[in-house]
Amino acid sequence: MASEERSSLSAGVESHRAPVRSGWKKAVHQFKQQNLPACKPVLTPAWVITTYFLIGVLFIPIGFISLRASMGVVEIVDRYDTECVPNSYKSDKVAYVKDMSVSKNCTRYLKVKKRMKAPIYVYYELDNYYQNHRRYVKSRNEQQLLHGLRYNSTSSCRPLELNKGLPIVPCGLVAWSLFNDSYSFSRGAEKLNVNRKNIAWQSDRDHKFGKKVHPFNFQNGTLIGGGKLDSRIPLSDQEDLIVWMRTAALPSFRKLYGRIEEDLDEDDVVIVNLLNNYNTYSFGGKKKIVLSTSSWLGGRNNFLGMTYILVGASSMFIALVFLLLHVKSSRLPAM
Amino acid sequence: MNLDGETNLKLKHALNLTASLRDDDSFKHFKAVIKCEDPNEDLYSFVGTLSYHGQQSPLSLQQMLLRDSKLRNTEYVYGVVVFTGHDTKVMQNATDPPSKRSKIERRMDKIIYILFGVLILISSVGSVFFWLSTRNDIRNGELDRWYLRPDDTTVLFDPKRALLAAFLHFLTALMLYGYLIPISLYVSIELVKVLQSIFINKDQEMYYEETDKPAHARTSNLNEELGQIDTILSDKTGTLTCNSMEFVKCSIAGVSYGRGMTEVERARAMRKIYEHPEVGDSLTNLLKTSDAEVGSSKSIKGFNLSDERIMDGKWVREPNRDIIENFLRVLALCHTAIPDVNKESGKISYEAESPDEAAFVITARELGFEFYERTQTRLFLHELDPLNRRMVNRSYELLHVLEFSSARKRMSVIVKTEDNKLMLLSKGADSIIFGRLSDEGRGFEAETKEHISQYSEAGLRTLVVAYRELGEKEYKLWAHEFFNAKTSLAADRDEVLDATADKIERNLILLGATAVEDKLQKGVPECIDKLAKAGIKIWILTGDKMETAINIGYACGLLRQGMERIVISLDNPHIDAVEKQGDKEMLAKASGESIARQIQDGRSQLRSFKESPIDFGLIIDGKSLNFALSDGLEHSFLGLALSCVSVICCRSSPKQKALVTRLVKVGTGSTTLAIGDGANDVGMLQEADIGVGITGVEGMQAAMSSDFAIAQFCYLERLLLVHGHWCYRRIAMMICYFFYKNIAFGLTFLWFEAYASFSGQAAYNDWYMAFYNVFFTSLPVIALGVFDQDVSARLSLKYPLLYQEGVQNTLFSWSRILGWMFNGFISSVIIFYFTTNSITLQAFRSDGHVLDYEILGVTMYTCVVWVVNCQMAISINYFTWIQHFFIWGSIAFWYLFIIIYGYLPPTISTTAYKVLVEACAPSPFFWLVTLLVVVSALVPYFTYRAFQTRFHPMYHDIIQISRSEGREKMSPAELTEQGKDGSISITHIED
Repeated sequence: MASEERSSLSAGVESHRAPVRSGWKKAVHQFKQQNLPACKPVLTPAWVITTYFLIGVLFIPIGFISLRASMGVVEIVDRYDTECVPNSYKSDKVAYVKDMSVSKNCTRYLKVKKRMKAPIYVYYELDNYYQNHRRYVKSRNEQQLLHGLRYNSTSSCRPLELNKGLPIVPCGLVAWSLFNDSYSFSRGAEKLNVNRKNIAWQSDRDHKFGKKVHPFNFQNGTLIGGGKLDSRIPLSDQEDLIVWMRTAALPSFRKLYGRIEEDLDEDDVVIVNLLNNYNTYSFGGKKKIVLSTSSWLGGRNNFLGMTYILVGASSMFIALVFLLLHVKSSRLPAM
Repeated sequence: MNLDGETNLKLKHALNLTASLRDDDSFKHFKAVIKCEDPNEDLYSFVGTLSYHGQQSPLSLQQMLLRDSKLRNTEYVYGVVVFTGHDTKVMQNATDPPSKRSKIERRMDKIIYILFGVLILISSVGSVFFWLSTRNDIRNGELDRWYLRPDDTTVLFDPKRALLAAFLHFLTALMLYGYLIPISLYVSIELVKVLQSIFINKDQEMYYEETDKPAHARTSNLNEELGQIDTILSDKTGTLTCNSMEFVKCSIAGVSYGRGMTEVERARAMRKIYEHPEVGDSLTNLLKTSDAEVGSSKSIKGFNLSDERIMDGKWVREPNRDIIENFLRVLALCHTAIPDVNKESGKISYEAESPDEAAFVITARELGFEFYERTQTRLFLHELDPLNRRMVNRSYELLHVLEFSSARKRMSVIVKTEDNKLMLLSKGADSIIFGRLSDEGRGFEAETKEHISQYSEAGLRTLVVAYRELGEKEYKLWAHEFFNAKTSLAADRDEVLDATADKIERNLILLGATAVEDKLQKGVPECIDKLAKAGIKIWILTGDKMETAINIGYACGLLRQGMERIVISLDNPHIDAVEKQGDKEMLAKASGESIARQIQDGRSQLRSFKESPIDFGLIIDGKSLNFALSDGLEHSFLGLALSCVSVICCRSSPKQKALVTRLVKVGTGSTTLAIGDGANDVGMLQEADIGVGITGVEGMQAAMSSDFAIAQFCYLERLLLVHGHWCYRRIAMMICYFFYKNIAFGLTFLWFEAYASFSGQAAYNDWYMAFYNVFFTSLPVIALGVFDQDVSARLSLKYPLLYQEGVQNTLFSWSRILGWMFNGFISSVIIFYFTTNSITLQAFRSDGHVLDYEILGVTMYTCVVWVVNCQMAISINYFTWIQHFFIWGSIAFWYLFIIIYGYLPPTISTTAYKVLVEACAPSPFFWLVTLLVVVSALVPYFTYRAFQTRFHPMYHDIIQISRSEGREKMSPAELTEQGKDGSISITHIED
C-alpha cells in the first residue's frame, strides 16, 4: 500500500499548499487540477425512496386539483356535418355543399345538462383537416397582412397570389380557405347574444394584421374557397380571419367562434341556427359545434389530471417495491 | 534531428587525403570524384570512395555529416553535399506518421451509420405515407383536400406526379429528421478532447520539476483510449530505468571490488524480509548500512564504486597492481568519448556515445587515469604511475578504432604507447570476449565468470575487459589488409571489415570485468504494482540480455518470487550442436522446431497448473522471438503469452518490438500502449494504439513520435488510472448522452409528422431548431466531457480495479448505447404524446384560447430543453458550479431567448411573436404540462439507475456509495468482494 501513502501524501501537499494562495489563485489552481469543490450526489436507497415519495406527494394532489378543475367544466359538443345535409343529398354531400342554390340553413338543439356559467365559449371543431400541412402553413404572407398592397412580393402565396393580374389581399391558401359556417343562438324565443370581439390574440390584432389593410380582390377567382371578407373592415378587425390564420397544430382542432355572456341553466335548450357552408365533405372531415365553460386550467380534458395521478401513484408504488426489495436483500447491510 | 535518438557526440574525421585543404584558396582547383551508394535509409553505414589527385580513399559514416547535424568542438568544416532533399537519410527514414483513432470513435462511427440507416428508414416510411395522402388529393377529378389546391400546385405536392413528389419529400425528410444524426457531436468531441488534453498537460502531479517537463498530450484524439489499455509494452532502458549508468563494481584479476548495493539487490532483500521475517533484522541492518554508505560518499555522476582497497590510489598496494593498471588503461583509452575541459574549474567532463562509456572514463579518472585530450591521432592521459606514485602525462598514438556494433558486441582500439609498444585494447560482451582469449590469458577466467554472473543477477550490465600486445610485423600485415577492406567499394564491405577486425581481436589476455548499474526510475515498482492491480498486463521489450532483463523484472515487481517462470530460448546443447555444423537451413529448422516444442511445453505446463493460483511469467529472447513470431507459431505463442501474468522479451530489436506490439494488438484486439524513450522504440510507439514517450535523456525522438509524452514512468499510473479513466468515462458518457438528446429531439419531429400528413412541416420554429445543438443543450454536455468525475483522483488511484470498466468497455457497450437510444425514444414519446394529449382540443387558458401550432411548438420545445438538461443533471454525479451554471443556465437561456426573440417584430420572429409572454406564461396549464412531462420523461431512467445502483452496482457505484457513507477506509479487496455480482468480472487480483 505504498502508493496509497504516496497519494494521500500528495493530497496532503495540496492542502498544505493551498492556504498560501490567495482566493482567486486557489480557485484557478483547483480548476486546473480538476479539484474544485463539488457536490457529489449518490443514489443511495434513502435518496431514491425520498425522491419517489416526493414525486408521489407532489403529483397526486396536483392531479386531483387539475382533475377537479377539468371535471368542473361543462362542455356541449354537437356534430352537425352529417345531420345538416338534406336527405336527398345524403349520398353526395359534396354536391350539396357546392351547390350554391340549395339553402344551407340548419337548426340544432343543444340540451344543457348542467348549469353553465358565463362566459360560455363557442368553438367550432374540425377534424381531419390538415392546417399544419407544409404547403398550407407556408401559403401566407406576413408582410402583406401587415402592410397590404404596399408589399407585393408574395410568391409564397401561390397559387392564390394574383387574380386577373391583381394581387389578392389577404393572399394564400390559409386566408382563401377561411371557415364560413355561421351560428346564431337562441334560448326558446330569446336570442342569445354571441360576443365575437376579442376572440383573437391581442398581439395578432395589434401587430400582425394591418389596421389600414382592407381585403382586396378576395375570393374573386373561379374557384371559391371558403368565406368572403367585408372589404370595408380592416384586417385587424376581421377577427374570424385572424383566428383562422393562426394555424392549428394538429388535424383535429377547435377555434374560438365567440362568447355567450349569459349563464345557461340546467335543462335549457339552446337552439343553434347555422349555415352549413364549409366543405369538409370532400376530405371526410367532421364539423362540430362546442359550447364550453372554462376553469382556471382552461377547458375540459382529464388527461392532465389523470396522468399526474398515474405518475404520482406509480412513483409511490416504485418507492414501495424498492423499499421491500431493499429490506429483503441484505447485500448492502449498511443502509 | 536525432535519428538514432541519442544526443551525443559522434566523431567525424576528414580524410587524410583532404585534410590539408584548410582555407578557401585551397579549393580553387579542387577537383575530385565521389563514387557512392544510392540513397538509402540505413543510418549506420555509408559506402563510397573519393578520388582526388589520382588517389582513392574510402568514405564511410566517419566522413559523413547527416542532415541536421550540429557541429561541436569545431568551428567550421568544408564539405561536399552528397545528397539533398528526399535523398537524405533523414527523409529516407521518414515514414508517414500513422493515423490513430480511438476504439470509441470507431464504434461511434458505426453508431452513426446505424442512425443514418434509421434516418433513411423513417424518411422512406414517411415518404410512403406522404405518397399515399398526396396521391389521394385528387380522386376522380374531384379535389379531396381542396384547401391545399392540389389542382394548381408545385411538383412538391403534385398528386399527378405523386411518386416524384414522394421522392422529393424523402429528401426533405432527410433534412427534417437530420437531428437524429448529431453532427455537432464531432465538433463537441474535438473541443472536449482539446480541453481534456489541456488538463492533462496542466496536471501538477505529472510535472517533473528536475527537468521542468510537464506531461504533454501531443494528440488529443486518443484521450479516452488511455482508459482502455489492456496491455502495456514497455521499453526498459530509459523507461523503467533512468539511463544513468553508474559504475558500481568491477572484477579485476579475479578479485571483485565494490561494496555498494544495487537497487535490484535491495528490492530482493526487501522481498526476503517480507517473506522470511526471521532473517529480516540482519538484512534490514545491511540495507541501512549500505544506504548510509551511499549517502556519505561524495556523489559523482556515473561513479558509485565504494571500496577502500582501490579508492584514492590505494590500488597500487594491491598484489596484482599491473593488471589493475592495464585494466584502468583500457577503460581510459578504449572508447570514443571526448573530454570537455571546463576552463574555469579545470574539471573535465566527457561527452560519450553511450552513458556506460562515460561511466568507464569517469571511473578511470577517479582511479587515477585521467583522460584529458583527444586529437585526430593521439590520446592524452594524466596517469598515476604505480612505481613512484606520481601523476605523469602520457600520450598514446591512436592507430585504429574498431567500433562497437550490435553484431560485433565488442569494441577495440589499437594504440602505440610512448615506448613504441603496439597494444590492442578490447572490451565487449562476455560471450564474445571469453571466446577470444589466448590460452595464457585465461588465468582467472573462472573467477571472472563467477563474478559476472553475480553482477548480472544483481541487475548490472557487465562488460569484459581484455588486451593484447601486437608484434610490429603482425600489425603491419593486418593494417594493410584492413586498409584494403576499408577502401573497397564492394557491397559486402562491412562484412569484410568485420572479418578483418575479427582476425586481430584474438588471443586476448583477460583483465577483468566491469559492472554498471542501470538505475530504476523513481516509483517504478509501485507504479507497476498499481497497474497490475488495475488488471493491466505489462510486457517488457528490451534489448538487454536475459539475465539483466529478468533482474529488472524482479526489481520492478513484474516477476515475483513464487512465480513459475517459463523460459524460451535457443541456448540449449542441441541447438549449439547444430550451430557448430554451420548449416544455416538446418539451424533454422531445428530452432523453429525447438521453439515450437518449448511453446507447447509451456502451454501444457500452464494447463496443468490451471486450478492452482500460481502465476506464470514468460521470458523469451530475441532469437527465439524471430521464430515465435513466424507465421505458424505466432498464435500459439500469443496464446501462451496471454495466459502469463508478465512477459519479458529480451534481446529484441526495434523491429521485433514493433512486431510484438502488432501481434498483441491484432491478435487480441485489445488496446495496447507502448512506452519508450529511445529512437529504437519509435516503431513500437507508432504501432501501438497509444505510444507514450518518455522525455528523458535519450533525446526527443520517441517523444516526438509519441501520442503522449511524460517525464517519468511512474506518471503512467496517473495518466492511465486517473486521466485515462476519466477521459474514457467522459467521452463514453458524452457520446451516449449526445445520441440520447438528439434522438429525444429528433423523434418528436417524426411523431408530429404523423399528425401533419407527413408533409415535412417541422414542429418548431426554425430558430429553435438551429439553436438546439448550439445553445440550449451543448454546453452542459461539453462540461460533462471536460469536468465530470465519477470518483476523485485519489479514489481512482486507491481502487485501481476501477480501471477495468474501461478495459472491458462497460460504459460504451452496445447494450448501454442502445439503452441510451431507447431512453431517447421513450423521452420523445412522452414529450410528444403527453403534451398533445393534454391539450388536444380544449382551451388551455381560462380565457378560452385554444392551442395552435405556435404554442404547441413552444410547449414541446420547452419540455425538450428541460428534459434533456435534467437528464444530464441526473446522469452525472459531480456538480461543481460549472455544471450547475451550464445546466440551469441552458434552461434559463431558453426562456430568455424566447422572450427576446418574441419581442422582435413579427416579420422576424414569425411564429414566436410574444408566444411565451402573451400566450404561454399566463397559463398555469403550460407550467403544469412542463412539470408533468419533465418528471415523467425522467422517471424511466431514474428507476433504471436506482435499481441498478442498488441491486446490480457497477464498481464506481460501489466506490461512490462507500464514499458517501464515509466508508472510505475500506480496502479495495472488501469492495471487490461486494462487487463480485457486479457487471465487472474481476480477473487478476492479488491482494
